[in-house]
Amino acid sequence: MSMRIGVVRFLGTNCDRDIYKAVEWAGHKPHWLWYADHFDSNDVDAVIVPGGFSYGDYLRSGALAAKAPVMSDLVKAADKGLPILGICNGFQILCEAGLLPGALVKNEGLKFVDRWQALKLENSCEHWGADKLQQTQFPVAHGDGRFVIDDEGLKQIQDDGQVWWTYQEGNPNGSVADIAGVMNKKKNVAALMPHPERAMAAWMGSDEGLQVFNPQ
Amino acid sequence: MEYVVGVKILPRTEVLDSQGRAVEKTLSHHGFENLSGCRVGKYVTLNIKADNEDSALKEAEKVSEFVLYNPLIESFEMEIVK
Repeated sequence: MSMRIGVVRFLGTNCDRDIYKAVEWAGHKPHWLWYADHFDSNDVDAVIVPGGFSYGDYLRSGALAAKAPVMSDLVKAADKGLPILGICNGFQILCEAGLLPGALVKNEGLKFVDRWQALKLENSCEHWGADKLQQTQFPVAHGDGRFVIDDEGLKQIQDDGQVWWTYQEGNPNGSVADIAGVMNKKKNVAALMPHPERAMAAWMGSDEGLQVFNPQ
Repeated sequence: MEYVVGVKILPRTEVLDSQGRAVEKTLSHHGFENLSGCRVGKYVTLNIKADNEDSALKEAEKVSEFVLYNPLIESFEMEIVK
C-alpha cells in the first residue's frame, strides 16, 4: 500500500534527501515537513525524522530540535497513533521530545563510528516492515549513539518488548544491553541509530534497508 | 533588575562520562598523580529580568527544566553570578 510519508527537515539535517529517495524507492509518496512550520497529521500516513546534525548538535544532540514547532504537532500525532520512524539524529530528537524512552550520549570510545554494523531484530514493529530481516547489516555513522536508560527503565522496555534492534558482533558505542533501536509502549514510534536508507540497493552494499520502508 | 544566573550542568554520576574519563586519563599520563576523578559538563549563563534573586533563580530553574538539562543523564545547579 502506497503511503504519504512526511519527512522532517531541520537546519542541519543531512540525510533528508536519502530518506526522500528511500521512501520513493519503497513505493511511497514523500512529503517535506519544515521544522519551523506546523502540519496537519491527517495529511500524512506516517512521518520519518532523518539523521544529521540538527542545530549543530548544540546543547545536546536533538535537544533544540525537539522544541521546534513541527515537533509539537508530531508529539500530538504520536499520541493519536501516527507511525513515526527516527533514524540516528532522528532517534536522538524523538528521545529528547519524550516520545521514546532513554537518551543518547557520546560514544563510549569518544570516536565517531562509521562502518557496517551487524544487527538483530529483537521485537517487530508492525509499521516499519523489517520483520523479514531477523539479522541484517546497516551502516552506522554517529558520535552520540550510546543509548542509556536506568535499570528500572531497561527492565521495563525489555519486559514490554520495546527493544527493536540490538547490535551484534560488537557494540560500536557502548549502548546499554547492546540496544540499537527502541519503540514506545504503543509501538507506533520507533527509532534506530543505524541507517537503513544507506542500504537500499546492491551497489550500496545491501538492499535490505528497503524492507524497513516497506510496512507489512 | 537584570540578574545573571549561571547554570552548571554535569553528567549524572551513574552515567559513564566518557569525556571526563578521557580528560582524566590524559592528565594522569602527564603526572597529575593526585587526580582521582574528572567530569566534563557545561556552564550556561542566563540574563534574566526579575524583581529579586529568588525570582531570577525560579525563572532559571524553569529554563533549565525546559531544555538546558536532560534529567535522565544530567544534573544541574544554579548560582547568581551578578
